[in-house]
Amino acid sequence: MLGVYRVIDCSGELGWLAGRLLADLGADVVKIEAPGAAIARADWQAYNVNKRLLRLEIATAHGQDALEALLDRADILIESASPPHLRGDLFDPSRIRQRHPRLVHVSATPFGCEGPHAAWLASDLEIMAAGGAMSLAGESEGKPVRVSVPQARAWAGTHAAAGALIALLHRDVSGHGQHVDVSAQAAVLAALAHAPTFVDINDKVPMRCGAFITGRTITGARLRAFWPCADGHINFVLYGGPAGRRSNEQLVAWMRDAGADLGTLATIDCGDFDPKHLTQEEVDRLEAPVGRFFATLTKREFLEGASAREMLGYPVSTVGDVAADPQLAARAFWADVPGERGSSTRHCGAFLLVDGKRPALRHAAGSPVALVALLEQWGSTLARTRVEPITATEAG
Amino acid sequence: MSTVDQALSGVKVVEFASYAAGPHVGKILANFGAIVVHVESRQRPDGFRLEYPPFKDGIPGLDRGGCFAFFNDSKYGVALDLKNEAALRLARRLVAWCDVVIENMRPGVMARLGLGFEAMRELNPGVILLSSCNMGQTGPRAHTPGFGSQLSAQAGFCGLTGEPDGPPMLLYGPYIDFIASTMSVSAVLAALVRRRETGEGAWIDVAQYETGLLFIADALLDFHMTGKEATRASNDSPDAAPHDAYRCQGEDWLALSCWSDAEFARLASVIGRPELARDPQYADLAARKRNAAALRTPIEAWCGTRSSDAAAGILQEAGVHAHRVNTVADLLHDPQLVHRHTWRRRRHPVIGDQMYLFPAFDLAETPGDITAAGPRLGADNDTVFRNFIGLTEEEHAACREAHAFD
Repeated sequence: MLGVYRVIDCSGELGWLAGRLLADLGADVVKIEAPGAAIARADWQAYNVNKRLLRLEIATAHGQDALEALLDRADILIESASPPHLRGDLFDPSRIRQRHPRLVHVSATPFGCEGPHAAWLASDLEIMAAGGAMSLAGESEGKPVRVSVPQARAWAGTHAAAGALIALLHRDVSGHGQHVDVSAQAAVLAALAHAPTFVDINDKVPMRCGAFITGRTITGARLRAFWPCADGHINFVLYGGPAGRRSNEQLVAWMRDAGADLGTLATIDCGDFDPKHLTQEEVDRLEAPVGRFFATLTKREFLEGASAREMLGYPVSTVGDVAADPQLAARAFWADVPGERGSSTRHCGAFLLVDGKRPALRHAAGSPVALVALLEQWGSTLARTRVEPITATEAG
Repeated sequence: MSTVDQALSGVKVVEFASYAAGPHVGKILANFGAIVVHVESRQRPDGFRLEYPPFKDGIPGLDRGGCFAFFNDSKYGVALDLKNEAALRLARRLVAWCDVVIENMRPGVMARLGLGFEAMRELNPGVILLSSCNMGQTGPRAHTPGFGSQLSAQAGFCGLTGEPDGPPMLLYGPYIDFIASTMSVSAVLAALVRRRETGEGAWIDVAQYETGLLFIADALLDFHMTGKEATRASNDSPDAAPHDAYRCQGEDWLALSCWSDAEFARLASVIGRPELARDPQYADLAARKRNAAALRTPIEAWCGTRSSDAAAGILQEAGVHAHRVNTVADLLHDPQLVHRHTWRRRRHPVIGDQMYLFPAFDLAETPGDITAAGPRLGADNDTVFRNFIGLTEEEHAACREAHAFD
């Protein structure tokens, strides 16, 4: 869908996914890395697949000239230079605006380009802490934890892509590019759902609660979300609402079919169930037989049984469970991207289907493009210095 | 509503959507100038109105829910009973009027209402339809219903959170819904870009599950290529040590990490234990990871005598990665978020002043805004159906008599 657009991606990890999403939506995205910069790690590969790779040292005059020539023909620049006092002139928003007035310039940084913490150092851990997500994960008496696979970069990148495209739509009408200043800390706030409204409206501070879900009752009672099963854990909640009530009815029917002891569950009217007013004691009594039943099931049995009964609830997957999920295979989610010497690499495919088709990934991670070729493809020329191939292999 | 010319001025969106994953898409588009109409009915209001606290004064009510309002600011709210033929005729007129339709019902529900993509395209050849659901429109489990907090477990997030020898951890709410919704914003915008060039509409099929997997794409790639399976690892990192949360005064926690020997030496100096940097137990990353438990003692001895905020300020001054673990209450006063005007108060007619979340990106020239509090149920029926759709008085009266607005 973005086939006519060109993106220069100079970002570090906070911007990687933005470029990847734009590439998956069809844009021609060129990732710039310094000669010799490492690209072998799984995170670089996963978030920079479907982009072409240009090796360019933008700290040199030649590199900067080349970058300017490319930006003359680009629609979007993504960078994540941080902290601001180290950004220098190269990515200064005013200079970019003056030199490339049609360019959408996206900065994806831990805290945004301005403000009291703009210069603070932050990795995934500090960003997830600053964004409040860690305070909501972990045992209630224990320390706050993060998701073990870094998330802040993905939150920042996803918001950066959205911001870039909003600015692009405006650019196409007005002719003016603009600066898009993305804060990874602020992006993480999206992950908190409606937690801030409890502080704002009821003066209650939601906190981590281990394997339990809070914020679904007005009594403060917590509902169990994770249940041990035969080979791991299941996520199921005794929800109210139409979908929750239907699930509870189906669960009771399933337990009956299996000859399981219904305990207190036998006494409730599932069609009228509303957990909002339940006390903790009532919740505990209802949940006890459910726990005994789930302990007899495997994750796969629960997934297939719940799906067949159109119930809410999923198993707690491992990475291996996800990789083997038939639903993903049926939707051709995985993209086997050809690499060197007949090899292929299995990546997550594009995040959507358009008119029933999943956009293909067109470039292996690290697919080289030479500066000369790129300038020619984009119809640009260098202003001051001679064009030289960066490396012999990439010049070929 | 604001009349300032914004980036998405002129874009018209209709939502047949509820809860989070659909309405959050419309909210972001509305914040940057799109006209967004949220459709629900009195017979079946958005589940966030009645099922999800908090409520004004703790009393549930259709227009008392802070959760619903929070995800539907800056929109127009209409009530249409889609089981009513007169209401369906109005729904079809909305489809003909708009640029984008957002729906997050289970696959097939819209088609059964006569509002499938093909039917929409007959009404509006350039329409862009975003269909967002748990598993996508196809596949053996397409019809599985689901909420985002549980889908976050299916997609691996909960299993990847917690102590290695402990249970999986919940991520509070429907974590994955907001991945799907934010990516869906980009999908809709890309389709709008294409439509401007070609006039073509699009049917965008988003499986919320699949969008979430992009957030662990590196772990999945690693597993596919090497068989190595990422597991929950507390707060550990392969690349930094220390790398954890440390208790400060009271119930306060500090997140802190060192990414080089030099950074660790700065930390050791700040906490008054410069000799630690020369101690073979902590001399390099491998040694510090091996002895992370022992290292906790001197760090918490220093942290325990001050607030996490004070500790973070001192450490940042010295060039060490550190930040307080913000509680949700802390976020409302966080100086950086306050500086960015992340939280914006707007007056709701029933709830009163409520704080709304502005998206995480600031646009320099077309800044966007929270233009209104979340709408009461059906609050904008008149504006939408008279002004936007152009119903005559007679048509409007006939619809009312036919109970279309129930």
